[in-house]
Amino acid sequence: MSSTLPASEMSFNQLARSSGRVMTNPPPIKVARSGPMADRIFGWLAKGAALFTLGMLVAILASLTISAWPAISKYGFGFLTSTTWDPVREEFGGLVMIYGTLMTSVIALLIAVPVSFGIALFLTELSPAWLKRPLGTAIELLAAIPSIVYGMWGLLVFGPLLATYVQQPLQALFAGVPYLGALFSGPPVGIGILSAGIILAIMIIPFISAVMRDVFEVTPTLLKESAYGLGATTWEVVSKVVLPYTKAGVIGGIMLGLGRAIGETMAVTFVIGNLNQLDSLSLFQAANSITSALANEFAEAGEGLHQASLMYLGLVLFFITFVVLTLSKILLSQLKKNEGSKT
Amino acid sequence: MKTSFKIALISMAGVASMSYVNLAGAQEITGAGATFPAPLYAKWAADYNKATGVKINYQSVGSGAGIKQIDSKTVDFGASDMPQTDEVLAKKGQMQFPTAIGGVVPVINIKGINPGQLKLNGQVLGDIYLGKITKWNDPVLKALNPSLALPDAAIAQVRRADGSGTTFIFTNYLSKVNPEWKTKVGEGTAVNWPAGAGGKGNEGVAAFVGRLPNSIGYVEYSYVKQNKMNYALMQNSGGNFVHPDEAAFKAAAAGADWNKSFYQILTNQPGKDAWPISGATFILMHKLQDKPANATETLKFFAWAYKNGDKVANSLDYVPMPKSVVGSIEKAWGEIKDTTGKPVAFK
Amino acid sequence: MMTREILLQSDALEQSRQARYAQRKFVNRIALTLSLMAMAFGLFWLFWILFETIRLGVDGLTLDTLTQMTPPPNDAGGLANAIYGSFLMVLLATFVGTPIGVMAGIYLAEFDTKGWLAQVTRFVNDILLSAPSIVIGLFVYAVIVTRFKSFSGYAGVMALALIVIPVVIRTTENMLQLVPPGLREAAYALGAPKWKVILSITLRAARSGVVTGVLLAVARIAGETAPLLFTALSNQFWTSSLSEPMASLPVTIFKFAMSPYENWQKLAWAGVFIITIAVLGLNILARVLTRSRS
Repeated sequence: MSSTLPASEMSFNQLARSSGRVMTNPPPIKVARSGPMADRIFGWLAKGAALFTLGMLVAILASLTISAWPAISKYGFGFLTSTTWDPVREEFGGLVMIYGTLMTSVIALLIAVPVSFGIALFLTELSPAWLKRPLGTAIELLAAIPSIVYGMWGLLVFGPLLATYVQQPLQALFAGVPYLGALFSGPPVGIGILSAGIILAIMIIPFISAVMRDVFEVTPTLLKESAYGLGATTWEVVSKVVLPYTKAGVIGGIMLGLGRAIGETMAVTFVIGNLNQLDSLSLFQAANSITSALANEFAEAGEGLHQASLMYLGLVLFFITFVVLTLSKILLSQLKKNEGSKT
Repeated sequence: MKTSFKIALISMAGVASMSYVNLAGAQEITGAGATFPAPLYAKWAADYNKATGVKINYQSVGSGAGIKQIDSKTVDFGASDMPQTDEVLAKKGQMQFPTAIGGVVPVINIKGINPGQLKLNGQVLGDIYLGKITKWNDPVLKALNPSLALPDAAIAQVRRADGSGTTFIFTNYLSKVNPEWKTKVGEGTAVNWPAGAGGKGNEGVAAFVGRLPNSIGYVEYSYVKQNKMNYALMQNSGGNFVHPDEAAFKAAAAGADWNKSFYQILTNQPGKDAWPISGATFILMHKLQDKPANATETLKFFAWAYKNGDKVANSLDYVPMPKSVVGSIEKAWGEIKDTTGKPVAFK
Repeated sequence: MMTREILLQSDALEQSRQARYAQRKFVNRIALTLSLMAMAFGLFWLFWILFETIRLGVDGLTLDTLTQMTPPPNDAGGLANAIYGSFLMVLLATFVGTPIGVMAGIYLAEFDTKGWLAQVTRFVNDILLSAPSIVIGLFVYAVIVTRFKSFSGYAGVMALALIVIPVVIRTTENMLQLVPPGLREAAYALGAPKWKVILSITLRAARSGVVTGVLLAVARIAGETAPLLFTALSNQFWTSSLSEPMASLPVTIFKFAMSPYENWQKLAWAGVFIITIAVLGLNILARVLTRSRS
């Protein structure tokens, strides 16, 4: 710009005035109000918050380990394969609870992830605009219901109905079939791993679908429209454009749901039956989960081995979460590696 | 965004400042422990608060938790359905005293059998929970109940999932009357149950029993009475089949020698009218008090309860302590002293 | 000759195209029907549970419920101290946890996203998300309650805040990552300092998502029982001092629902009703506030 103007005997103001138009003086150059210091402080605050989170986990793990030490030193890894849980004789083993936690969470995810995906798809692509917000709020309302209500409702309302309309027919259907029959044996009374799994699924649907819907909505419209412009159907747009774009968020949402399922205490403890035995692998059998055992027994557990064993179970729970998360990270990095390659 | 942020900050400051105001400035005593006496203590505390303005805040977290809390001195008094031996208490520097008596009752759900019809005894009850007696029309049960039409169905046992003093009383009784139970399972607030589904709290057990046909469970007596549940009769050590009621619990308590020690377990007590699965509930306090004022308030509350709380206890289906025992209890309070050696009790 | 072949070929091509299109349309229709069914499935549970909650809770909801203290069995009373306790502890926990969570989320999304601290923090955060609330309660019990030799509302607030933080971190980070980089770059090009870009531009663009995250966290802690059991305990009487045990709706509901006394059970369901309505109201309010601004 400067090269095109005549040599400046005239300042900008004089130029302006000479052209005859009334112009105000340009505002004086402001001194920058926030310098690098503000940025640095902000950066420290952010970093501090991240470190605090790290510190939290370290503190919790340390506290758990210290309390669990008597059990760790006595049992070592044998704790993970033993099914005895005898407070009177002070013999403890965590396999029953570990199995219960894993099975109920798997069942919950199997049900919740497709359903949440369907809900998010509906809310973002199918539903008329005026219906989006009420329906979205309605699904989020499932998260507003306290977990203890799920437990009570599950025990008093859902359980009996599950027993009559689902478990008994299933048991009749699969009686005598070698593997599947074993899966459906056991007293069909509406408590057990299946009931706990279904209730957990209902509980985590709002979490997963809320996150999925939010990430679906933030997909750039340009991406979607260019796909539509090429003649793609709605399903193809969602599965081939939106989902890959948002896969990190989607997996994040699923992790949120899984975390909720693994750590859920109150709802599970009402309906899982609290039986510390693993004689059968039936879905209908009463079982126990780590959180349920903690909730039921911690208050009463004596200071010694019982309490230490319960804390050991808590540590195992963290470890399970760790393993699940590592697997998901590996999955995610594999997906990212295949990005851009021919599908 | 800026204005709403300001509003948020101001309201937060307001709320935070509100939280420092302690209305009424009344003293508050905290206690924690057994679930069994919780309704009773709640009512006593409410009436006491109306009478004196002092707040006695009792929370039912379970007998074991109550013991833990008083051991770590996070509460002013603990409560437990399971008494501790005098040696253990001496080591901990605590003392215990009983406040009320109640009973644990087996409840059933069998079509065609009404409350108070089914007869059981300790051996049979233990065998049912051991899984040895598996059907209702087992010959042993038939022998006890010749006139009842017992179905040919599997027995669904229900017990407590959470640790509780109720379980302690129940398993203590079974250990006394069923030798195989004693060796195989034993007694405690939580045991390794050989069979049966676990319900959470009395409510959980009652819900299971109510819904599972041909089931059996055990709950506190107040629950049975309030919910009009289908209870069974038990044969006591005198050989009689008794109904669970206040008179039966009182009869069970009569045999205990409270003057010797407050460590009394009231299961399987002698007496022709005694209910075999009875128990008392206890309060635990430290003998050496760091907060003598709190201790004095606590004792004042219980003295008031012993004097004025009988009607309330009866209305809630608890049996109050006999007056003679109250005398020895209040005398024993002299052991609770502050750091200078002065007894905190007010009399 | 060639034209005829070309015409025939293009005919066959057209048919196969039609066939493929028909198949794609079919798959599309199935997918959308399934999605509709999924929506109906979710709504079905919601309405059933809500119906039960309302049916059992509305009876117990009178003016007394909101103004009287928690009563002993078989006495008239209400839930006022529990409502106040819950309100206070949830509010303070959100105020304590949200800034830390948002700042950490900002760190993860805006500062050194691929660095070792960010990756480790992300991983740690995911682990914390699955931490059972009861373990958090026990941790706070060991650290605060035993140290100060008393149950208190402060311990309850700490336990709840520790549950809020991971949820907020995850959703904040997710939302910030989805803000198009163009927005940020435009702001930088205008000379804005980094902190201003983040706070006024990026965060604002992701605002509705971040608010969703905070609301999810609030919904979670509003109904949490286990972490409060060993920290705030509960209180039969009114207290507004956080240094004393404090009543809360979930713990009170837990206690009352498990009891044999009818007045307690009624109050328990009324409490459930209150919590549900309160969280719903929060949801709607937040949505209205954020949507109206964009």
